[in-house]
Amino acid sequence: MTALSNFITHLPILSAITFLPIVGALFILMIRGDAEVVARQSRYVALWTTLFTFLLSLVIWFQFENGTANFQFEERFAWLPQYKISYHMGVDGISMLFVLLSTFLTPICILASWESIQKMVREYMIAFLVLETMMVGMFCAMDMVLFYVFFEGVLIPMFLIIGVWGGGRRVYSAFKFFLYTLTGSVLLLVALLAMYFQVGTTDIPEMMAFKFSRDIQFWLWLGMFASFAVKVPMWPVHTWLPDAHVDAPTAGSVILAGVLLKMGGYGFLRFSLPMLPDASLYFAPLVFGLSVIAVIYTSLVALVQTDMKKLIAYSSVAHMGYVTIGVFAATQQAVEGAIFQMLSHGVVSAALFLCVGVVYDRLHTRDIDRYGGLVNNMPKYAFAFMIFMLASVGLPGTAGFVGEFLVLTGTFQVSSWVALLAATGVVLGAAYMLYLYRRVVYGELTKSDVKEMLDLEPREIAILAPIIVVVMWMGIYPMSFLDVMDASVANLLKNYHDALAAKAAEIAPFGSNLLAWLR
Amino acid sequence: MPIPTTELPSFIAAYPEILMAVSALALLMLGVFRTKDSTTLVTWIIVVVMAVAAGLAIRGTHDFQTFNHLFVINGFTIFAKVLTLLGAGLTLLLINDWAHDEKIARFELPILVLFATLGMMLMISANDLISLYVGLELQSLSLYVLAAFHRDSQRATEAGVKYFVLGALASGLLLYGSSLVYGFAGTTNFDGLAAAVKSGPNTIGIIVGVVFVIAGLAFKVSAVPFHMWTPDVYEGAPTPITAFFSIAPKIAGLCLFLRVLVGPFAAMIEQWQQVIILISILSMAWGSIAAIAQKSIKRLMAYSSIGHVGYALIGLVVGNEEGARGLLFYLLVYLFMNVGTFAVILSMRVKGKYVEQISDLAGLSKNNPGVAMALAVLMFSMAGIPPMAGFLGKFYIFVAAVNAGFVTLAIVGLLASVVGAYYYLRLIKIMYFDEPAEAFDPPGLTTGIIMAVSSVLMLVFFIVPAPLVNGAEAAAKALFLG
Repeated sequence: MTALSNFITHLPILSAITFLPIVGALFILMIRGDAEVVARQSRYVALWTTLFTFLLSLVIWFQFENGTANFQFEERFAWLPQYKISYHMGVDGISMLFVLLSTFLTPICILASWESIQKMVREYMIAFLVLETMMVGMFCAMDMVLFYVFFEGVLIPMFLIIGVWGGGRRVYSAFKFFLYTLTGSVLLLVALLAMYFQVGTTDIPEMMAFKFSRDIQFWLWLGMFASFAVKVPMWPVHTWLPDAHVDAPTAGSVILAGVLLKMGGYGFLRFSLPMLPDASLYFAPLVFGLSVIAVIYTSLVALVQTDMKKLIAYSSVAHMGYVTIGVFAATQQAVEGAIFQMLSHGVVSAALFLCVGVVYDRLHTRDIDRYGGLVNNMPKYAFAFMIFMLASVGLPGTAGFVGEFLVLTGTFQVSSWVALLAATGVVLGAAYMLYLYRRVVYGELTKSDVKEMLDLEPREIAILAPIIVVVMWMGIYPMSFLDVMDASVANLLKNYHDALAAKAAEIAPFGSNLLAWLR
Repeated sequence: MPIPTTELPSFIAAYPEILMAVSALALLMLGVFRTKDSTTLVTWIIVVVMAVAAGLAIRGTHDFQTFNHLFVINGFTIFAKVLTLLGAGLTLLLINDWAHDEKIARFELPILVLFATLGMMLMISANDLISLYVGLELQSLSLYVLAAFHRDSQRATEAGVKYFVLGALASGLLLYGSSLVYGFAGTTNFDGLAAAVKSGPNTIGIIVGVVFVIAGLAFKVSAVPFHMWTPDVYEGAPTPITAFFSIAPKIAGLCLFLRVLVGPFAAMIEQWQQVIILISILSMAWGSIAAIAQKSIKRLMAYSSIGHVGYALIGLVVGNEEGARGLLFYLLVYLFMNVGTFAVILSMRVKGKYVEQISDLAGLSKNNPGVAMALAVLMFSMAGIPPMAGFLGKFYIFVAAVNAGFVTLAIVGLLASVVGAYYYLRLIKIMYFDEPAEAFDPPGLTTGIIMAVSSVLMLVFFIVPAPLVNGAEAAAKALFLG
């Protein structure tokens, strides 16, 4: 037994989790036979690979030490020696749960695509496996260039997934997604290069320890903001998201909402806040303003949508608004709330897209008016959909509640107005979600084709059941997640406030007069 | 009366060039006297000759000048020559496959490539404006003939004439600039010029001279605004010749650019830097914007290479060791990206007939998934998306630029690369998203291997860049020592 645990501790486990999907992809490439065989085998290889990756990622959860803010499971190899850039992997309390989120959702995506994807199945599965590698690698990267590589690398498989297997205006949406994100990313790259010449290394822990001068912080912050704000996405650069969601295949939407949006929030937490504290304080009102607009405006927009996916896409923008508020409120509750909100939104919105996928597979439309009365012939579906709908609304006892509550509590200490305005989003959220649910699930079952729809099949139950468990678990006993992030968040905020305290007198936040007036 | 003794110059430094020149002449004889078609034989002999020349170059004496200081070798020239030979050798293999398909296989074709390559080697090693010009002309004249080699084709002939007329003009500019430099500095030797420019004063005459030299060189590497010939010649010339145009002469030209500007004119960096910044920005911007509307894949590649030259020139703008290293590494990546892409273009054959419209690629992912995947990897690499080597190439260039304080230039370059990404993605869109057009014939063996190897190398270079960067670094060091 000691030999085994010894082996596990010395295994480069983060690399194993990151690159295992690539190994699966190589296996899929080697499958020979006629189209039918290739498709079936590809599905199975992809499923087993991702399941095994998920199991392996559970190991890091069990082995993770909660009490410390240090990076754990570190690995380091020289990569670009001229620039002291290394392949450096590690996780802390902030990133570890995102790794799990990625590995948890990928097998679900594979299962969700089991029957709906019929063309180029081999390529599809490869794209998803590559995507998983990129996502996991991004959350594990402890070197900023490595982070950037994974961050941008995500674009390639996602571009193909939307463009090849999507519907509607898939080409337009794929291009919009790619170019929007790339434009933001190159500005991140400039900021990254500029930071590198200040610090002399791109190692994230060393960069966190470095004190950037105030003048340069503002430019660096803006460069990063360009990239992360597009990814989150924040109003007004969110317009790519509804398009990408609507035209992506179900599993693509799931990953997009579940993991890809979190990259932006994670970026803010990992880079903007700890490395550029002065600028983060200075620009916090800007972020609050944009986030409040996002919460209220996109909720209103969601209210009038006729396309189910578009509605959920807009609700994602609103929910991610809480994340950005929480991150820049920079109190213990708010930041933990932001992380928790990202995780809960990751599973809940993923589940909602899966629910849309279930009915889309049957009727091939996402038009809300085409449905109605589903509770009569699809009771199991109505139940699952209800759980996720309520979680999205933020009902106590579900995952959605904890995150929003913590963010609002934490933000209230910083600015009661921001908290108040953001809280209207909770009401609006309830309005559009309940309205959606009423129109789709309740009402008379009149339409003949809707009458013929069958309830969930075992495969779909297998997809949705684990998410229901996680959603309830996160809602009822959030401590198993909050404990993980406690030490890291406390450490992050301690450094942040120490850095600010040193120069407290000098910094007047952007628009502070306005804020004072609001108070 | 004492007989004046002339000491024989040392030939050892020029062994690779001598070998190539002698082989070229010998192979011409062989081709004439052998009654059967000897293109394949000659091609393979030339590939071997080039390999041996590369070996000789690597093993040759370091840091050495000969032929009355007209000719120099050092770590930099070795690196540049090996790159050029590699590019020429690989395209030669593509040319051979194609020539047989098109039934214009003639043994002169590979020999002309050999002569052009010899010209490039000479200009890389030039240590004097005169030897530079001679090398450049040997290259250019061979390229003019190559462009028009498909002599029954109207387009090829037109391309040849166009290239010749404009090329001659550029050579004239270069020569005129050299004469001005000579007139005001009193020497054509690089070392002498370096000393003269350094001790100053640098009169307006010498500055005008340098600008003319830059114009001539910019024409040869097809940088905006001296790029007009490129799309037409690329489109008109036979495809494998276009591949050759886009690789070896570009590499040699950029290396020469670097050597001339940071060698003899190093002390005038403030003057020429502005010109190169302008050329670089224009090339990056126009290379990305004009490519968007192209329908022919060869024209697209022309604009793509204009854009890449723009990025590489950033390394020159920086004008230090770091910049030179970035430029050389970029060229290395560029070489394999272009060889691979042209291998794909050469496999665009429907029922034995070559096609070159971008729309012909439609649905390639279904008809020929292997080729489509290779091209997708190459396109993502060209767009500079990680994890492909193209990203590292751009990364090293932009790191050097930001480090030297050219942040605006880096931002412009990166934004241009986003625009550029659009048209590279368009190819992928056509291959993967569109409904299949007529299927291509399976690619030839050599073409297929080159395609596969270069796309795999895009990933390999990304994962283990260290050896290559070390090589580029050694070369850059040698450049600034010499």
